[in-house]
Amino acid sequence: MKAVVNVYLKEGVLDPQGKATRHALESLGFKNVKEVRIGKQIVLDLEAKDKEEALKEVEQMSETLLANTVIEDYDIEIKE
Amino acid sequence: MKKAAVLRFPGTNCEFDTEYALKREGFDVQIVWHKEEKLPECDLVVVPGGFSYGDYLRSGSIARFAPIMKAVEAYAKEGGYVLGICNGFQILTEAGLLPGALKRNNNLHFISKMQHIKVVNNDNKFLQNCKVGEVLKVPVAHADGNYYIDDKGLEELKKNNQILVRYCDEEGNPMVLNGSVEQIAGVCNKEKNVFGLMPHPERAIEAVLGSVDGVKMLRGFVS
Repeated sequence: MKAVVNVYLKEGVLDPQGKATRHALESLGFKNVKEVRIGKQIVLDLEAKDKEEALKEVEQMSETLLANTVIEDYDIEIKE
Repeated sequence: MKKAAVLRFPGTNCEFDTEYALKREGFDVQIVWHKEEKLPECDLVVVPGGFSYGDYLRSGSIARFAPIMKAVEAYAKEGGYVLGICNGFQILTEAGLLPGALKRNNNLHFISKMQHIKVVNNDNKFLQNCKVGEVLKVPVAHADGNYYIDDKGLEELKKNNQILVRYCDEEGNPMVLNGSVEQIAGVCNKEKNVFGLMPHPERAIEAVLGSVDGVKMLRGFVS
């Protein structure tokens, strides 16, 4: 089973990389971009009975290690 | 003789500077490998600077689960003194031993320079020899030093005198260095036995290094 975890800075926490990238896009002529948020994607290949079990485990992983919930949010997608 | 344990993870690079600085203050120093599960008997644990585990995932996030950290958490819980410098500060926030988190610097640069910092609170072991409002000169060298804490957390820090030092200019005026909330450069826990800061006091201990202000800070742990 594959799990995809997306980790990004919380809403309201300034994302310096996103800000710099937005400025770069603007100078390239892409004037319609209001905000850029940069996160990271963590792809896990794991063994699990079913999707539910996988989700539960990946949630635990995200809370303990993959995300720092003081500054980051995450979402999880489980793929067969 | 006072004893200090200085932790060493793969990627740590300030353990010998820290050892040297503490020995100058009369500490018997032992460097402790991250795979150890027990701390030696000691009066101070220092988590030194560097790039533990290559800063992979987030600075300090992997080191925080090293076997020795369980012992450090227990040591801190019993009231033992713990000091985290730079990467050590990041590790202690990741471990939840200190509040807040350290993000990428606002300008995305690795900032390496001599920096002025202002003492905010001295009612603690670490800064007991410094005066409130005193301006110190201590080097910084970090990419992830942008201290973040939410409004509620910031209120708590202020209420309990947990803010240790703030970035400032030579005259002590507030200065934005890396985007830290209220220019915070270092904090302690509520119980005031766990300390963390981005500047490197161990690199400001001899005139030839450009400053001796780090001595005044580290000496707090001697008495």
